Amino acid sequence: MGEIRLMMGNEAIAEAAVRAGCDGYFGYPITPQSEVLEYLMAENPYERTGMVVLQAESEVASINMLYGGGAAGKRVMTTSSSPGISLMMEGISYMAGAEIPCLIANVVRGGPGLGTIQPSQSDYFQATKGGGHGDYYLFVLAPSSVQEMSDFVKLGFEIAFKYRNPVMILSDGVIGQVMEKVELFDPIPRRTEEEIIKECPWATTGKTPDRERNIITSLDLDPIRQEKHVMHLKEKYDKMKEDVMWENIKTDDAEYLIVAYGSSARISQKTIDLARAEGIKVGLFRPITLYPFPDKELERLSKQVKGILSVEMSLGQLVEDVRLAVHDRVPVEHYGRVGGSIHTPFQVLNALKEKIVNKY
Amino acid sequence: MTEEIIIAGFGGQGVLSMGKILATAGMKQGLNVSWFPSYGPEMRGGTSNVTVILSDERISSPVLNEFDTAIILNQPSLDKFESSVKPGGILIYDPHGITRHPERTDIEIYQIEASNKAVESGNMKIFNMFVLGGYLKLKPIVSFDYIEEGLKESLPERHHHLIPANLNAIKIGQEIIKKVR
Repeated sequence: MGEIRLMMGNEAIAEAAVRAGCDGYFGYPITPQSEVLEYLMAENPYERTGMVVLQAESEVASINMLYGGGAAGKRVMTTSSSPGISLMMEGISYMAGAEIPCLIANVVRGGPGLGTIQPSQSDYFQATKGGGHGDYYLFVLAPSSVQEMSDFVKLGFEIAFKYRNPVMILSDGVIGQVMEKVELFDPIPRRTEEEIIKECPWATTGKTPDRERNIITSLDLDPIRQEKHVMHLKEKYDKMKEDVMWENIKTDDAEYLIVAYGSSARISQKTIDLARAEGIKVGLFRPITLYPFPDKELERLSKQVKGILSVEMSLGQLVEDVRLAVHDRVPVEHYGRVGGSIHTPFQVLNALKEKIVNKY
Repeated sequence: MTEEIIIAGFGGQGVLSMGKILATAGMKQGLNVSWFPSYGPEMRGGTSNVTVILSDERISSPVLNEFDTAIILNQPSLDKFESSVKPGGILIYDPHGITRHPERTDIEIYQIEASNKAVESGNMKIFNMFVLGGYLKLKPIVSFDYIEEGLKESLPERHHHLIPANLNAIKIGQEIIKKVR
């Protein structure tokens, strides 16, 4: 058993970064995720592992610091919340194009614009459908507990280097601010320069006479070569399906299904218990990776149910992927509060009855 | 066993820290716990609240709309959360500064004069521990030993010399809580 602590989701991300052998964290404060930077500043991980923690002058600077560190094969990460992530979009697109691994956590707040500091899930499209310009995808992990906030930092770095692609942890103000019991994983040492040279032969670790220069760029003006490059990226995105993750909760005998991720999945679990107490057989399908989306798994499950309610704190973003996955063979409806308001288990239950159970 | 609690009052009354001590103690005792605060601009001088869940099962939603116990420390919180107590549940409140008292008849209502006791003791900072004591008298879910551990872990080390005063306040709180109906 690892060390057990009561931690806030944001603190768990910070502690997990140090333990995951992160080389550098670059960030800029924004509610509701400022505790990540606060924790790291107080913890001073440079003393523990040599990890650099820096408050950049802006989110734009943070993401470009990640570009530099990641290009050198270092495990680098940043965290921010919605408006800050929007500022990073150019850098993220460049890193996807230049195939630079890094970890970005978005603790989502209500938008659009500066919006509110309260929780929301309205950045789903931005996270899973590109966000920046160009044909690219991020690998997106959606934690629904403080435990997963910690575990997904370690997993995120593994995935980022496996695919040489930015990975995003898509969380929200609920999971960032809630305190829960977390079992911390044992620390992994930071990689040595020799290990980086061996494991990242593509990285800008200093040219040696026995190899060509490593060039990290997203620019190639030759459309033939650029097309080849984009097709190579596509192969990676297809291959990411190997790492798709999801969770089925009480689905064995389910006649109805709720699909929800992150905090909405937690809230919906309570709804399921309330509904089952009234004799409504409903289960929960929780996508854990939002890209790649577990579409095959959802399609399989959809065949046994009469209707699906997609629950998310947005006007309806996840619901589009749900509809695509089930090919409209099953009725799919959306429910969700927006603008920083959080739906309660009862509100989800009422929506389930109104939109699904009473109709199908 | 699952105990769902809302603690609500003014910012600065120790609402969040009371919840944190309870959650830490519960975790030390081996329970699953969840602590979800209201966060944002309302915290300074305005109302502050935290949802605490203690359970021997996996906790589903950290966000709740009804509670087994409501611990209410000011009028706005009473107005907001009185209706959120489950029928048969418990409402504990400090009558200090309350002008409209709880009206529900389908729940158990308790008063704790924690403000007065804190003024009497000359230490306003232990106000929340009188309240916690009163709560623990009614719901002895977490044992006293673990509360002490919870205090140790929640308080910064420079405040550890205050732990005996806190524990004493918890004991007094258990004595001064009284049933209204």
